[in-house]
Amino acid sequence: MDTNDSLRVASLWHSMHAISQQLSPTTGCSGIELLEADTFDLHCFQSLTGTKFFVVCEPGTQHMESLLKVIYELYTDYVLKNPFYEMEMPIRCELFDINLSQAVQKDRVAMLGR
Amino acid sequence: MQFFGGSEISPSPPVPTASGNNAHMMYVFNRNGVCLLYREWNRLLHTLNAQQDHKLMFGLLFSLKSLTAKMDPTNAEKGNLGVPQLSGQGCSFHSFRTNTYKLSFMESPSGIKIILVTHPRTGDLRESLKYIYNLYVEYVVKNPLYAPGTPIRSELFNTSLDQYVRTIA
Repeated sequence: MDTNDSLRVASLWHSMHAISQQLSPTTGCSGIELLEADTFDLHCFQSLTGTKFFVVCEPGTQHMESLLKVIYELYTDYVLKNPFYEMEMPIRCELFDINLSQAVQKDRVAMLGR
Repeated sequence: MQFFGGSEISPSPPVPTASGNNAHMMYVFNRNGVCLLYREWNRLLHTLNAQQDHKLMFGLLFSLKSLTAKMDPTNAEKGNLGVPQLSGQGCSFHSFRTNTYKLSFMESPSGIKIILVTHPRTGDLRESLKYIYNLYVEYVVKNPLYAPGTPIRSELFNTSLDQYVRTIA
């Protein structure tokens, strides 16, 4: 999936998230948190500013919410605190990428251990 | 070919106070987007009028299906976003959850989409949706007076549906 496709998927997701709030039968809906499909699950985390993080995983994977929170912390540490990062632009921070891979790797190891 | 036409809300029964229904509401669409059935048992918030609500729901499901087909990690060859998917083709989602509701979705090979909106801690409703599809086949499709593509007005179907939904945990 190339960059253009990622952008399309991301904007589609953003709209779907907003529409799902409109269709809620009760008040106080904050959008899609989990999408379950046949071959994968998609977990989404929305920060207070509306930035959405989503992760695609095997169906039935547990503890994705905590992984998303860890990723959110990495984002605030390595991206937002980076003085050269411009808001709303694609993230090209090496430290963020390194730490992200480490966090996912750690989670995978922990998953196999459980 | 009818498109987004003729969708009227079937009169929903008075909400039972003692054993409340577990589900909030239910939609049935055919492959053209005509809302064949809309049942409401427990809906506190109505943001849009009925027509717009149905169209929005159908549009949301169409786009989500397109998105899941595209994002499927197991499928090597993916179509472009927005390409209409045939009923069985590609990966499709079966439910999504928000903090206030859970939406379960099932599409039959003939394009009949059944959507059930329940509280967020509901389990996997795929079997229940299959059962509801069976009810649809028994009471609606096999009814010789029913014209396909028109809204469902079958009392038997409505009552058996209400009874069944009440039993869903």
